[in-house]
Amino acid sequence: MAHVDRQTWDVVVVGAGGAGLRAAIEAREAGLRTAVICKSLFGKAHTVMAEGGIAASMGNVNDGDNWQVHFRDTLRGGKFLNHWRMAELHAREAPDRVWELETWGALFDRTPDGRISQRNFGGHEYPRLAHVGDRTGLELIRTLQQKIVSLQQEDEREFGAYDARLKVFQECTVTRVLKEGGADGGRVAGAFCYERESGRFFVLEAPAVVLATGGIGKSFKVTSNSWEYTGDGHALALLAGAPLVHMEFVQFHPTGMVWPPSVKGILVTESVRGDGGVLRNSEGKRFMFDYIPDVFKEKYAQSEDEGDRWYDDPDNNRRPPELLPRDEVARAINAEVKAGRGSPHGGVFLDVSTRMPAEVIKRRLPSMHHQFKELADVDITAEPMEVGPTCHYVMGGVDVDPDTAAAAGVPGLFAAGEVAGGMHGSNRLGGNSLSDLLVFGRRAGLHAAEYAASTLTRPRADQAQLDAAEAEALRPFSAEGARGSDRAPGPAENPYTLHQELQQTMNDLVGIIRRAGEMEQALERLGELRVRAGRAGVEGHRQYNPGWHLALDLRNMLLVSECVARAALEREESRGGHTRDDHPEMDRHWRTVNLLCTLAGPDGAAEDPDPARGRIRLTRRETPPIRRDLLELFDKDELVKYLTDEELSR
Amino acid sequence: MSGQETGPSGAYTAHFRVWRGDADGGGLEDFRVEVHEGEVVLDIIHRLQATQAPDLAVRWNCKAGKCGSCSAEINGRPRLMCMTRMSVFDRTQTLTVTPMRAFPVIRDLVTDVSFNYVKAREVPAFVPPAELSPGEYRMQQEDVNRSQEFRKCIECFLCQDTCHVVRDHEENKGAFAGPRFLMRIAELDMHPLDAASEAGLDRRRTAQDEHGLGYCNITKCCTEVCPEQIRITDNALIPLKERAADRKYDPLVWLGNKIRRRGD
Repeated sequence: MAHVDRQTWDVVVVGAGGAGLRAAIEAREAGLRTAVICKSLFGKAHTVMAEGGIAASMGNVNDGDNWQVHFRDTLRGGKFLNHWRMAELHAREAPDRVWELETWGALFDRTPDGRISQRNFGGHEYPRLAHVGDRTGLELIRTLQQKIVSLQQEDEREFGAYDARLKVFQECTVTRVLKEGGADGGRVAGAFCYERESGRFFVLEAPAVVLATGGIGKSFKVTSNSWEYTGDGHALALLAGAPLVHMEFVQFHPTGMVWPPSVKGILVTESVRGDGGVLRNSEGKRFMFDYIPDVFKEKYAQSEDEGDRWYDDPDNNRRPPELLPRDEVARAINAEVKAGRGSPHGGVFLDVSTRMPAEVIKRRLPSMHHQFKELADVDITAEPMEVGPTCHYVMGGVDVDPDTAAAAGVPGLFAAGEVAGGMHGSNRLGGNSLSDLLVFGRRAGLHAAEYAASTLTRPRADQAQLDAAEAEALRPFSAEGARGSDRAPGPAENPYTLHQELQQTMNDLVGIIRRAGEMEQALERLGELRVRAGRAGVEGHRQYNPGWHLALDLRNMLLVSECVARAALEREESRGGHTRDDHPEMDRHWRTVNLLCTLAGPDGAAEDPDPARGRIRLTRRETPPIRRDLLELFDKDELVKYLTDEELSR
Repeated sequence: MSGQETGPSGAYTAHFRVWRGDADGGGLEDFRVEVHEGEVVLDIIHRLQATQAPDLAVRWNCKAGKCGSCSAEINGRPRLMCMTRMSVFDRTQTLTVTPMRAFPVIRDLVTDVSFNYVKAREVPAFVPPAELSPGEYRMQQEDVNRSQEFRKCIECFLCQDTCHVVRDHEENKGAFAGPRFLMRIAELDMHPLDAASEAGLDRRRTAQDEHGLGYCNITKCCTEVCPEQIRITDNALIPLKERAADRKYDPLVWLGNKIRRRGD
């Protein structure tokens, strides 16, 4: 194999969204040389698309708020499957993480007394989301980006080079996490990467690698996620020997655009409902009142009048059911459409035009106003939007230690943000993602830095591992024929076609409503697709070749999709972002079960020529018991809905 | 809109000319490609990738006008491909898609935009006020409105691409930060709590002396192409020139005032 350039760093962060950048800032401030590697340009990560806000119990708008209330809301939203310690750390630390952004130049919308304004959101008891109109993600990413630049300016003054201690490798992809002593060896040794622009391979050697790669939505046809969301970090962790947890839980955001077809899935922010927007069916009925589940009966308004009064008098009225957690709203919309009460293009109506003056809509929801006008010829100040569910977020991810963000079983591997699992349980509340990125991004950076600093001998990946990674990455250029003996013979496959088939399969068979037979069928198709993906072929050369990049991403999407399908087939109940038509009820006994996905076989290979043999093995683990003082934040009447009798009697 | 009848499916075949090549050269390539109702230019580029040119290089991300990745020139006008509806063009019209002209081509529609990242690094960062701890910041909405407008910027670099100071004048790139980063200086200068002056940093003077504010002769090309409708010239560059003029006479400020008065 040709010589591959090796560079030495202390901490490598994979991904430059909110979690990755926050991790990098922390590691660099700890004095360690930190490399950030990202698939897009610096500042374009998926975080930029977050709209509504950052949940943090600062109590600026309602001083009844505090971290305990936030913790309680988070567990309710996740139907008590969240790792309690992550939910606790998140609720406790989120306000500090938001205030810190102001010291880096962030400009949030203000309250009349000059503090950070906070808005209502689904599942949050008080107005809690720090925001900037409906472009909060952009503010977050830009603030972190500019903080990185300011650290680089410090280094330029001190060392004469901006990149001395913090460098961003933009438009580069990681294909393998490298380990000491071969794939089934011990500690992390770095990352195998290629430059998208030139196709050149390189290795970033480091004792600590932080995965901050985001989610998996590009495995589904209708999604709010960008092309980057191909489950890279999930797959890298699996291939490195780390388990994934909660992979059956995929959040379908209730409100994506449904028309025109080319924009189907693009997000319509929950702020529309938080600020007063209502959902109606084709009969003009606010149908959400018919879909309040038992566990939330006491907490939501029972009439339109009460719901409407709540916006001005939240102390004496209950919130409208449009602000139920996302899983509930998405299922309700799905049911209305199925019952024939949908809008002309297969969604339902989301209306702010009759609820707020046009000027207020334009000020509070400028991006939505712009998006609908430009892409759908709809003026949201004058007419309702048509919306329907869209794949938005994966609750499942790398099984991590709650305090340190260290991945289980692989020393030196860390994960934060959407790629990490446990924090959100079976369903994430809106606004809890941006805060998650900051809280656990910082923790991952801190602990990766501590780990790297305490490493006495630098681990080194052997040449054979690098050669194998290079051969794997080059395979799409020699797709047809049987040059690789592990590949089934057959014609070269178009990666775009394979991707479309994968998306259709996941959308139709492992989507918002699931059935055992369909998921079994999905697993069969995934097996076939995996064999065909082994023959994914590309034309042209390695320089900025999108077909090649997609062919490589297919490995990750297929692995992650299999995790989702296998875990979803196994969990025979409905909870949060996992709804089984054949097991429609939530079952308290399943609350104590975590499903872990690991790679089958010890070789770290992503392919298996026999489609019947899956690549993923499932194991069960008991959910850790919730600490007593945290349980005491809830009424006994509420706990009996979630916890088993055995747990309650402890 | 075209005067043609819309077919029952709304689909038709369009004629595209897409620039293909790399740093060594290239040219326009002709394609016939299907267009469906409601689609944007980026959808058509993706269809070309999936069906006719799998290695056609294009940079994109969110496809929702939020990340500013898919900048290109459509019939010579700098635009985001994801926010350009096919319905704004006549169906018989040939659409020519070329990479941004002000930046070196990497491949096909992808350009090397590193100029912008270099300029971003040269603007001194926000200086936090020493006397305030995190959580103690108090600012009125009306005082943050101005900087918030500039922070809507998605860094698509279309303003940098269209600005005639650098568009055909490579030699100006060293001295000129471009509208995006002059606006960044204005944003920091108008931030209610930025403590740059306490730290001995004069943002207005450096805008003039180090970032080339004087090169801007307020032709407003940047404002015209901004997909976020930020009034870059009127709200950022002219006020910055006015503030800088306290220290230095600038004839363009005088001109800017005249132009603005005429528009009132």
